[in-house]
This record gives sequence, structure tokens and C-alpha cells, in this order.
Amino acid sequence: MSPLLARVDGRARIAIIVLIAVAILVPVLALATPPRSAFHMPPYLVALFGKYLCFALLAGALDLVWGYCGILSLGHGAFFALGGYAMGMYLMRQIGTRGVYADPILPDFMVFLNYKALPYTWWGFNHFPYALLMVVLVPGLLAFAFGWLAFRSRVTGVYLSIITQAMTYALLLAFFRNDMGFGGNNGLTDFKDILGFNVQSDATRASLFAITAIILAATLLIAQLIVTSKFGKVLIAIRDAESRTRFIGYRVENYKLAVFTLSAVLAGIAGALYVPQVGIINPSEFAPTNSIEAVIWVAIGGRGTLVGAALGAVLVNWGKTYFTGALPEYWLFALGLLFILVTLFLPQGIVGVISRRRTIPGKDVEEGKVDSADVPAPAR
Amino acid sequence: MDPATLTRSLLYLDGINVTFDGYKALRGLSLTLEPGEMRAIIGPNGAGKTTMMDVITGKTRPDEGDVYFRGSHDLTQLDEASIAQLGIGRKFQKPTVFESHTVEDNILLALKAPRKAIATLFGSPAEDQQARIDRILETVRLTDHRNRYAADLSHGQKQWLEIGMLLAQDPKLLLVDEPVAGMTDSETIQTALLLKAIAKNHSIIVVEHDMDFVRELGVKVTVLHEGSVLAEGPIDAVSADPRVVEVYLGR
Repeated sequence: MSPLLARVDGRARIAIIVLIAVAILVPVLALATPPRSAFHMPPYLVALFGKYLCFALLAGALDLVWGYCGILSLGHGAFFALGGYAMGMYLMRQIGTRGVYADPILPDFMVFLNYKALPYTWWGFNHFPYALLMVVLVPGLLAFAFGWLAFRSRVTGVYLSIITQAMTYALLLAFFRNDMGFGGNNGLTDFKDILGFNVQSDATRASLFAITAIILAATLLIAQLIVTSKFGKVLIAIRDAESRTRFIGYRVENYKLAVFTLSAVLAGIAGALYVPQVGIINPSEFAPTNSIEAVIWVAIGGRGTLVGAALGAVLVNWGKTYFTGALPEYWLFALGLLFILVTLFLPQGIVGVISRRRTIPGKDVEEGKVDSADVPAPAR
Repeated sequence: MDPATLTRSLLYLDGINVTFDGYKALRGLSLTLEPGEMRAIIGPNGAGKTTMMDVITGKTRPDEGDVYFRGSHDLTQLDEASIAQLGIGRKFQKPTVFESHTVEDNILLALKAPRKAIATLFGSPAEDQQARIDRILETVRLTDHRNRYAADLSHGQKQWLEIGMLLAQDPKLLLVDEPVAGMTDSETIQTALLLKAIAKNHSIIVVEHDMDFVRELGVKVTVLHEGSVLAEGPIDAVSADPRVVEVYLGR
């Protein structure tokens, strides 16, 4: 076995195999089985699970910074939303004359707001490759600029968390404004085509699902290789003892900047995959609560385990779908309670319990019993 | 500044002043360390021992004064990482190791090697890496614990691991802050032996409260008091100095 593959642990391998299997199986069940068949997967379920996988990718990205480097970002929803907007802008430009006002260039909301010409921020978004570039570049550059300032000034711990929260809130307010030119509080919707395929057709949905699953699998693989490299060991060292890391000669701010930017890019890709599957992007995606929910997914699934973060995102959102249908008024209470219970009793999250191996060591632990010394160190 | 002393010295501090919110932590501190020397620094709480370490390692910028390493590197202009890469290692008072890494990985991370993110992400390990790790683990008596998580070590073992991490950096100067605080008597004796062994080919500054331990080291002692040097010399001479007795030993 090649030395690189040897660094991918058992649970990451299982997750990658499962994701590749569903990437093949779900399109088959959705498209090649008759609608009456017991194996048929209705299109709404395909889109729903596709959405979960986008959240799983966001959770994985967040786990990379929080679980491994101890940077508790409460603003990762912003990078997700920016990636989503970049994709949404491409999809808007594909509508063309099929919009209500049938303007060949301007999206409906711009006609409605009396725009005479396309704002420069929208230039180029009719080209898919340009949109993809922006999906990566916009969240990446924002994270780089933000991280450059924050990490160089050695802002850490709750202070950093608060300013990430302020960042996403500022973007929320900005994107709500009509004169920002991104559709105001209605956001971007009524998408028709992606690369010439009807975005609502069953085949497109199944393809988007498969692409999301493959990208998530690839991300887990690459992230696993990163965290097991010496670079990854330095990240964990920063999480455990930042000043020690500095005094043995590592430029901590550069490491933080690198992983924060990478994580933001991954979050942007997750957002870009999310928008065509749910059919809308609006400023509420910047809401601070979204970013906080993502942190909860990671904590529940298992911080610092990558696969756990992804699993947590899928399970919590599954629960959310069920709860908001059956007992809508209790969902937030249930989520809050779950977070408290997991923090108190399952500090390693679900994956920590399943594998019964300590990812964050403390005192020696008896088989299957986790003692309080095992609580992960607070994020610094 | 005395040019002759400066060029001869490994570490040269002259007229250092550091003020925190009006409190003068260091007042005109001057100190010179020769290459290869081991020096013990003693002094009551608040004498400025830790602040001095902070100034040398780049954590604190002095308001006034010169800090030179090997006669030419102006440490007041460098950050912690650069100073560490120049060859100054620092051990904290409270043992600070990477708890979720194994003992071996702790040493690996400290081992002298390229520190840039690109190098750690894509670089391949040096050929003699394993041999160097083995040698250091041997020196700090942790060979049998190499695969344990650092979090599971005893207090004394963590202190040794941290000293091992300093050695792995291959520093020219080690700053060691209260290495035997909280150690058992036998651990203290072993630590003294360890430091003496290390001193054979490194320069060391040891800050310590424990007078017996300082006596055990048998090196030149500098007494700090209220941010400047009160006395300097062999332990027996300084402990007989009436000013030292008054501020420190007599209490």
C-alpha cells in the first residue's frame, strides 16, 4: 500500500466508499427504477439528501479549522453563502429572456429596480468557468484578508469567534440592501438551466447529487491527508499550545491563515453545490444562527474527526427535517438540548463513541466509559 | 555599549527597561552570557525573571535597551519564530507540551527542520530524523514512553519532554524557567544531572527558586531584584551578600 493511502484511517475509508456507492446508487434508484417500485427514490428525496451532503461538506471545512487548529469560526456560513451567491449569479444569467420581464441581459429584479445596465459585479457570470473561479476566489480572498488581519494581530479564542460572527452579520445586512445589486432580501431564484440542463429535471438533480457526493469524498480524502501530514501535526500543536508552537519556531499566523483560507474555499464550494439543488439563495444564509448550527453539527458528530463532522451534519439535518415537520415549535429546543447533552456526555461526539478511541486524549479512559477529563480543551 | 564584551558574548543585554501600565518590570537590566556558559538566575517573585525571558525570546519588546545574540543579531527587531530559528529555545514554567500528540510526535515537531507551511505540507522527512528522535528520547529518558500521548505523562515526564523538545531544536542557548517546580526529590536530582549533561555542549540560563537545586548545579548565579541585577557570582558568595540575604534569602 502506498504510504499516502496508509494515512487514511478506517472510518475515512468507510465514509469514502459509502459516498462513492451512494453517488452511483442514488441516480440509479431515482432514474432507472419505475416510480411504483419499492426501490424508487422520489426526486424530492434526492434533492434533500443532496442538501445534507452540502452541509456535510461545510461541516468538514469547519472541522478543519475548529477541530484541528482550534479556531472556532462562528462565521463559516458567510463563506458558504458567498459560494452560493456566485453560483446563483451564474444561474440567474442563464435565465435570459425566460424571465418575467424577458430582458436578455438583466435579471428580473434589476429590471424591476430600474437598472439600465448590468453592474460590473455581474460581469462574466454568464460563463460557467468564471462563476466557478469566483466560487473559490471570493470566499478564499475574504478569508485571506480577514485572517491576515486577525491572526497577525493575534486575535484568538472568543474574540476571534465574535468577529467572525460580526463578519457574517455585516454581510447579512449588506446583502439585504437592494442597492448592493444581489437581489436584496428576495435573493436569487427562479433558476432555469445549469450548463444547458434543466436545473429542476430529475436527471440534473441526480447528477448534482452524485457530483456532491464525489466532491465530499474527495474532500474527506484530501483533508485526511492534510491532517496526518506534518502540517496537520503543527495545526494540532497550535490547538494544544499555541505559544509553545511559536517558541519552537513556527509562524503560527501563517499556518492559521493557510488552513482558514482553505476551509473557506471548501465552504464556498459547498454553497455552490447547495444553490442549484435547493433552487434559491438569499441573505438569510448569512444569518449568524446558520454558522452556529454548523458548529453544533461538528460537535455532535465529533470534533477533530472530519468524518464525524460530516456525519453530524447529515444526522442533525435529518432530525431537523423530521422535527420541523412533526413538531416545528420544538426543533430549536431539541437542537439546544442535543448540543448540551453531547457536550456533557459525548465530548468526542458520535464518532468518538463508535470508535471508542480517543481522538483528543486526556486521562486514560476505561473501556466504553468517558470521564470528564476527556472534554476537549476549549477552542483557543 | 561595550563593543569588546558584545562581540565576545553569546547573549548581551544592556540597559533594558520594560514598563507595563506604569509598573516597571525591568529597570536597566544588564547581563552578559559567555558562549558555553550555564547561568542560574534567582530572585524573589516580581524580580523580573520571566519578563527577562520574554524580552530575550521576542514576546515582549523592551521600551529601552539592547538585546544582542551572538554579537550581531538584534533580538528586539525579531519575532518569536525568528528568534527560535536563530537558536534560542525556551522552556516554560508550567510544562507546555502538545497533549494530543504522542511523545515521539512532540519531539518530531520540535526537531530542527524547515518550518514553513509549504515545507511541512509537501516536504519529506530528513533521512536522519528517526535517529535524532531516538537520541533525544534517550537523553531525556522517555524512550519507553515514545508512543504514549503527552497528556498521559506525569508532571515530571512532561517537564523532561519539554526539555527534549528544546534539545530537538538544536539551540545554542536554552532558557529554562523553573524546571524543578512541582517535582519529587528524585526527579529534581535527575533533572539537575540532565541539565548538567546538556550544558556540556549548550549554553543555558536556568531560572529557579529552589536554592538546593541551584547549589547542585554549581554555576555562576545572578540575583535579580526589582528589575535589575543585585548581585552576581558563585552561589556561596551571593548567598553571603547581606543585600541578597535581605531581599531574598532571609525571608
